[in-house]
Amino acid sequence: MAGDSRALTTADHSPVAGLAHDARGGISNVVLGMLLFITSEVMFFGGLFAAYFNVRANAPLWPTINPETQHQFHLEMLPLVLPATFILILSSFTCQLAVWGIRRGDRTAFLRNISVTFLIGIAFLIMQGTDYVILGSEGMTLSAGTYGTTYFTLTGFHGAHVFGGVIMLGVLLYRGLAGQFSARHHDAVEAVSLYWHFVDVVWILLFSLLYLLPGKG
Amino acid sequence: MATTALHPAAPAYRSTLYDWVTTTDHKKIGIMYLINSFLFFFLGGLLALGVRAELARPGLQFVTDQTYNELFTMHATFMIFLFIIPILAGFGNYIVPLQIGAPDVAFPRINALSLWMLPLAGILLILSFFTGGSAAAGWTSYAPLSEDRPLAAIGPGQDLWIVAVVFIGTSSILGAVNFLVTIFKLRAPGMTLFRMPIMVWTVLVTSILVLLATPVITSALIMLFIDRNLGGSFFDPKFGGDAILYQNIFWFYSHPAVYIMVLPAMGMISEILPVFSRKPLFGYKAFVFATAGIGALGFSVWAHHMFTTGAVYLPFFSLMTFLIAVPTGVKMFNWIFTLWRGKLRLSTPLLFALGFLSMFLIGGINGAISAAVPVDFALHDTYWVVSHLHYVLFGGSVFGVMAGLHYWFPKMTGRMLNETLGKTQFVLMFIGFNMTFFPMHQLGLMGMPRRIADYAETAGWNDLNLVATIGGFLIATSMIPLLWNVFLSLRSGKPAGDDPWEGNTLEWATSSPPPPYNFDHLPEIRSERPVFDARWGPKAHGTATAAPAEH
Repeated sequence: MAGDSRALTTADHSPVAGLAHDARGGISNVVLGMLLFITSEVMFFGGLFAAYFNVRANAPLWPTINPETQHQFHLEMLPLVLPATFILILSSFTCQLAVWGIRRGDRTAFLRNISVTFLIGIAFLIMQGTDYVILGSEGMTLSAGTYGTTYFTLTGFHGAHVFGGVIMLGVLLYRGLAGQFSARHHDAVEAVSLYWHFVDVVWILLFSLLYLLPGKG
Repeated sequence: MATTALHPAAPAYRSTLYDWVTTTDHKKIGIMYLINSFLFFFLGGLLALGVRAELARPGLQFVTDQTYNELFTMHATFMIFLFIIPILAGFGNYIVPLQIGAPDVAFPRINALSLWMLPLAGILLILSFFTGGSAAAGWTSYAPLSEDRPLAAIGPGQDLWIVAVVFIGTSSILGAVNFLVTIFKLRAPGMTLFRMPIMVWTVLVTSILVLLATPVITSALIMLFIDRNLGGSFFDPKFGGDAILYQNIFWFYSHPAVYIMVLPAMGMISEILPVFSRKPLFGYKAFVFATAGIGALGFSVWAHHMFTTGAVYLPFFSLMTFLIAVPTGVKMFNWIFTLWRGKLRLSTPLLFALGFLSMFLIGGINGAISAAVPVDFALHDTYWVVSHLHYVLFGGSVFGVMAGLHYWFPKMTGRMLNETLGKTQFVLMFIGFNMTFFPMHQLGLMGMPRRIADYAETAGWNDLNLVATIGGFLIATSMIPLLWNVFLSLRSGKPAGDDPWEGNTLEWATSSPPPPYNFDHLPEIRSERPVFDARWGPKAHGTATAAPAEH
C-alpha cells in the first residue's frame, strides 16, 4: 500500500477530525442504532399481534376447542405466570439502576445490578419453559388450533428476545468485570438497557392480551 | 487533541482475497454488493429466458408445469430479493458515505454482516434446486398454496426459500439501521439535511421503509414456516386460520418494498440528470418532500394488490393508490425541467437515465390505470400486471442501475467505460425491453393470465408471445456489450481522473478510487453542490446555485 510510510493526521482544524471522534455530542451512534433496531422489532411484533387479533376476531369461540378433548381451552393463569411477570418488571428497574450506577461511575452498583438483571432473565426463561411443559401435558401445543399457535408463537418469540437480551446482559457483565465501562464510556450499557426495557414492555402487552383480555363465546 | 498519528502496523502478507473477505471498508463492501447482485441478476435472467422460451409457442416444449412454476418463482425471487434490493443497497453503501463526506458508515462490521448474509441466502436458494425442487408458489408465496398440505410431495424448497428471504430481510434491516445512523450522525460539517444530495435523501427514506416494512414480512414468513413445519394454523382456513391474513401481512411489506426497489434508483438519476444537463436539479425541496410523501403514502396502498379478494375496503385503497401518483408526478416535473434548456451531454449515463424517465412514466401510467377498481377486476393477474411491474422495475430500476453503474464506475475503479459499447448496450436493452414488455399490455387486455406455462393455439396470443420472447433474448444479448465493456475497461480502460463528469457532489472531490479513509480534505459545503461551488469559485454563488443555505 502507498500509505505505509505516511502518518495519517487529523488536526483540529480538519473537518475530518470532528467526524472521527464524533465531537458534536447528541445521541450516540450506538444508542441511535439500537433505537432504530427496536423500531424494527416493534414492527415485527406488530405483524404477530395483527395475526393474533385477526385470528381471534374470526374465531367463533376464544379460546378455541381443544382438538384432543373437544372441550374449550381454559383461560387459566398458571402458577408461575404472575411471579415471572413480576420479576421481569422488577428486572427493568434493576437494569436501570445499573445504568444510573455506571453513569455516576459506580462500577460496584453497576455490576451488582446487571448481575441481578441477568439472573432474573435466566429465571424468567426457566419459568416460561416450565409453563410450556405444563401446558403441553394438557394438550395445549403449537399445533392445537389457532389458540395454541398464536399463544406459543407470541410467547415463544418474546422468549427468544429475552434469550437474546440475556446474552447481551452476559456480554455486559463480562465486559464490566473486565473494567471496560466507565462514566464516559458505556454506550453498550445504555443500548442494552433500552433493549431490555423493550422486551419488558412487550411482555406487559402480551400478558394483558393473553391473560387479562376476556375470551368470547 | 492536537494531532493523532496512526502508524501502520508492521506489513504482513495478506492475500487480496483475505483482504476483501475480511474488509469493513464501505467501498469494498459496496463493490461486493454489486458483484453479488449482478451474479444473481444473470441467474435470474437465465430463468426468465426459460420462461420466455416456454411461452414462445403454444404447447409445452421445454419444461413441465412444475418446473415452469419454479422458473418464474425463482426468477422473481432472485431479481427482487437478491438483485434489485441489494444492488441499490450496494450503490448506497459505496456512494452515501462519500456524498456526505464521511470516512465510513457508522457500523462497519455490521455492514460486513449485512453483505455476507446475501450470498448465504443465495446459496440456500440455489441448493433448493438440488433438494427436490425449489419454491414454486410464486414470489408472493400465498398461503395456503405455499403451505405444506397441498404441496406435501415437494421437498424443502419452500422452507429454504422462507429462511433465505428472512436472511435477506435481516440483512436489509441491519443495513437500514446503518444508513440511518450514518446519515444522521456522520455528515461532514456544513452538510445540513437540506444540502444532502438527492441520492442520500432517497436512501434515507428507503431505509425508513425497510426499517418499518421488512420486519413485517419476516413475521409473515415465520408464521408460514410455523404453519408448514410445526403444525401451526395461522393461514389455513381448515384449521381456523385466515388465508387473506397472509396476503395482508405480505403486502403490508411488499407494497412499501416496491418503493424500496425504486427510490434509490430515482436518487441515482437525480444525480445524473443535473450533471449531464449542466443545471441544478429543478425543485430540490419539492423532490425531497415528494420522496417523503411516497414513503408515507406507501404504507396505505398495500391492499390494491388484493382488490379481487373482496376482503378489503376498495374505495380507500383505490383513492390512496391514485394519490401516490401525485408525488411521483412531481418528480417527473423535477426531472423534465432539469433537462429543459440544459446543455445536454448524451453520454451513456444520461441515456440510461432518460430510459428510466420514459419507461418509468409508462409504468406509472399503466399502474394508475389498474388502480381503478373496475379496471383492476378485469386486469387482475393478467399479463397487464406483468407488463406494469416490469415497466417500473426493469424500465425504471434496472435502467437506473445501469445509469448509476456507468456514472460511478470511473469513481469505483479509476477507469472510464467505453462509450460506444455503453451506447450499444443501451440501444439493445431499450429495444429488447420494449419488445418484451409492451406486447404484454395487449396480452393482458386479451385476457392472458400470468403464471401459465401453456396456452391454446386458438387463443390469439401466439404472435405477441413470440415477439416478447424475441425481445427477451435481445435483452440477454445486451448484457454481452456490458460484460465486454467492464472487462476491457478493467484491463485497459482510459484513466478517469478524480472528476471525469464535472460532478456536483462530494464523491468527485476525492481520488478515483478513493483512499480507504475517503477524504484528505473536504471542500467547504455551502449548498447541495459543493464540488460545483469549489470548481467555479465565488462566482457560482448567487448566480447558478439553486438552494441557498437552509436553517
